[in-house]
Amino acid sequence: MAIVPNPHKTTGVLGWIDDRFPLTKLWKDHLTEYYAPKNFNFWYYFGSLALLVLVNQLLTGIFLTMHYKPDAAQAWHSVEYIMRDVPWGNVIRYLHSTGASAFFIVVYLHMYRGLMYGSYRKPRELIWVFGCLIFLCLMAEAFAGYVLPWGQMSYWGAQVIISLFGAIPVIGPDLVIWIQGDYIPSDATLNRLFSLHVIAIPFVLVGLVVAHLIALHEVGSNNPDGVEIKKHKDPATGIPLDGIGFHPYYTVKDLVGVGVFLMIFLGVVFFAPDGGGYFLERPNFQEANPLVTPEHITPAWYFGAFYAILRAIPDKLMGVIGMGAAVVIFFALPWLDRSKVKSIRYKGWMFKTALALFTIAFVLLSYFGMQPPSEIGTLISRIGTFVYFAFFLLMPIYSKLDKTKPEPERVTYEAH
Amino acid sequence: MKRINRYLRPALLATAALGALPAHAAGGHGPMPYSFEPDTGNLASVQRGARNFMNYCSGCHSMAHLRYSRLGADLGIPEDMLAKNLMFTSDKPGDHIMSAMPAEASAGWFGATPPDLTVTTRMRQPQWVYNYLMTFYLDDNRPLGTNNLILPGASMPNVLGSLQGWQVMEEAHGEQDEGGHGAHAGPSFKRVSEGSLSDKEFEKFVADTVNFMVYAAEPGRADRVSMGMKVILFLLLFTGLAWLLKREFWKDVH
Amino acid sequence: MSNQGVDPGRRRFLTVTTSVVGGAGAAAAVWPFLASLKPSERAKALGAPVTVDIGKVEPGQRITVAWRGKPVWIVRRTPDMLESLPKVSDDLRDPQSEEEQQPQYAQNETRSIKPEVLVMVGSCTHLGCSPTFRPDHPAPEIHSNWQGGFFCPCHGSMFDLAGRVYKGVPAPLNLAVPPHRYEGDSTIVVGEDPAGVA
Repeated sequence: MAIVPNPHKTTGVLGWIDDRFPLTKLWKDHLTEYYAPKNFNFWYYFGSLALLVLVNQLLTGIFLTMHYKPDAAQAWHSVEYIMRDVPWGNVIRYLHSTGASAFFIVVYLHMYRGLMYGSYRKPRELIWVFGCLIFLCLMAEAFAGYVLPWGQMSYWGAQVIISLFGAIPVIGPDLVIWIQGDYIPSDATLNRLFSLHVIAIPFVLVGLVVAHLIALHEVGSNNPDGVEIKKHKDPATGIPLDGIGFHPYYTVKDLVGVGVFLMIFLGVVFFAPDGGGYFLERPNFQEANPLVTPEHITPAWYFGAFYAILRAIPDKLMGVIGMGAAVVIFFALPWLDRSKVKSIRYKGWMFKTALALFTIAFVLLSYFGMQPPSEIGTLISRIGTFVYFAFFLLMPIYSKLDKTKPEPERVTYEAH
Repeated sequence: MKRINRYLRPALLATAALGALPAHAAGGHGPMPYSFEPDTGNLASVQRGARNFMNYCSGCHSMAHLRYSRLGADLGIPEDMLAKNLMFTSDKPGDHIMSAMPAEASAGWFGATPPDLTVTTRMRQPQWVYNYLMTFYLDDNRPLGTNNLILPGASMPNVLGSLQGWQVMEEAHGEQDEGGHGAHAGPSFKRVSEGSLSDKEFEKFVADTVNFMVYAAEPGRADRVSMGMKVILFLLLFTGLAWLLKREFWKDVH
Repeated sequence: MSNQGVDPGRRRFLTVTTSVVGGAGAAAAVWPFLASLKPSERAKALGAPVTVDIGKVEPGQRITVAWRGKPVWIVRRTPDMLESLPKVSDDLRDPQSEEEQQPQYAQNETRSIKPEVLVMVGSCTHLGCSPTFRPDHPAPEIHSNWQGGFFCPCHGSMFDLAGRVYKGVPAPLNLAVPPHRYEGDSTIVVGEDPAGVA
């Protein structure tokens, strides 16, 4: 199909631009004439909120980079410099550090929405795959960023995470030294993680977000009923009967979501930026010391579940593989779910039970991943690990056996 | 809304469970006989704390990220008083609070370099510091003759001993506490010589000092909290308007 | 989608109000970011006034101190040097120092508080290079009427021994005299005005 410039036949200045650049077309295709199902619920706020947090991270990150020094001798002090000497530096830093945790909260809820309503199912497999890649990038980005303040937790976190690569047979030990660029995490390590954190990963991350949105807008959004709104279109206009223009309907709705989110987010930023020791870890108020490990070395809360899986498996290599698999297995989800319906609303008790158990397992793993090792913690982590993987690996069986309810033809929606 | 609740519940429960966790790494080992809540809003206390810190701590401990000028501006201390009462003679107002002690020599004298105290209350928590300063006791097994309940084997000498009076730790089997510290749990201390301050005065002295340290750990705190109030008020207004706007537009959707 | 019960006036009012309030919020949110680029407390501390002992500066000699990171020259001018100042007046762009390139108390013939002691910021008013001290004269390769002064190696601007700029060079203004005051006879505080001067 040949591209016809200015399909909407605009005139004047806008017409001049539209003859040369698809401004009106982009606006209409992705906002005013992007038809989203009208029955989005609470869970559908988190996509746009994730975008908001991404913008916050990029913006505050740019300004922090102007003051931060990626040098093992100066990094910790430059953070304290930002906190005290740079006008508004403490607020900008808290926006960034709280933003990291907010990013994971929002993204976990966003992913959970996908799990509940089957948003990963055909024809949305690639949206899900791009999303998983975003999650992977986010984890790498968060890890690299966590190291930059070069406090005790940064340092020993880097030590532990980089050592994971040492579990790989044969090349492991050399690989670790290569990644570090030194025999221990050092100035070279900090410098390269800085480069990855501020240039390489954000670049990929933004690209993936664009791909995620392009894929979404190509096939259209799923909804809590998991039925395709494109099946029933107005014969005259071709607009889905259950679709409403993203702009203005969802822009004004998301604005409310943004307002509520910002109240919670900025409430933390301004009144409790430490997040009780979870958003800013206390040992990080001490400069990195390669000779002394802090008493409790814990991962950031958002890695807790994966860390618990690592510790639950009593073998170094298998632990690392298990931890990696726990992340990678999300990619396979579209092909594991064999249910006749998408949404949890019409799925049977088996899937509901499986999801409930998975949720409990994830929360327990996150909790015990942050606790010092204990017998009970290890036991629960092992059961949790089993449940975590069973949720995915048994899905082809239970999702097929599960007795589903009939899906409605149209979305269910009551005007308020 | 009902439907939302059904699916929201697991997430809410999970969040609540996370919120209910004890904050980890709360310096939490060993007993804390004294409870303490810092109050950096008490300007007079923070000012007294600054004086205490400069007189008793700054000989050995730096606050390498706190400038005298910032201290003066935040605590309302004019520059001439700052120079006369708090600063080392050769310092300029823009300088950081640096102890005069050479780091390497001090490591030899005490077995460890006295740590910088700028953000100690954020690492250890204020209550830890308060308890640490309150619980030095005589112990012949230590090179300097004193030990500490909160940080056993502490290499710091008890510089506040002459104020508090020297105390010994009693084996903690009796529940009756006769150390004159009121009713708190844990081991009890018995005074063997009187200090120049009464118990009340000394507790206040330590509280002032810790309040100052909490201030010093984040001088921007007061400003950020007051800014936060304005931001939240603004967001209430904005969210209210956005909600009305949403409701207005969604009248179209049936 | 029918539009029964829609009040377009109310809708427009809410749209405008929300946009204005939201826009004001966004504009306010920009401020912390812009403000974070101002000189930090460290920059201000490093830019604090500098105390200089000039007791050991010989007549004809120049010393350089750093104030706010810039070179500040202190020259103890000889009687010869002072006498040379009027000789070049005709070749200067602003011989009376009418442009505000010096504090009030240094707006005089010698551009200084004490005639013999010149205190000046050593950055060329063209593009900020630091001129070279050339007390030697005559120096026809610089200027036919060179009585000693400062010559900028970057773009050839010339200044006399009071920092006044010659005509026909790229620099538009005389070199700047920083605020400074005497503390006792031979100690100068660069960066602070004398007592009683606002």
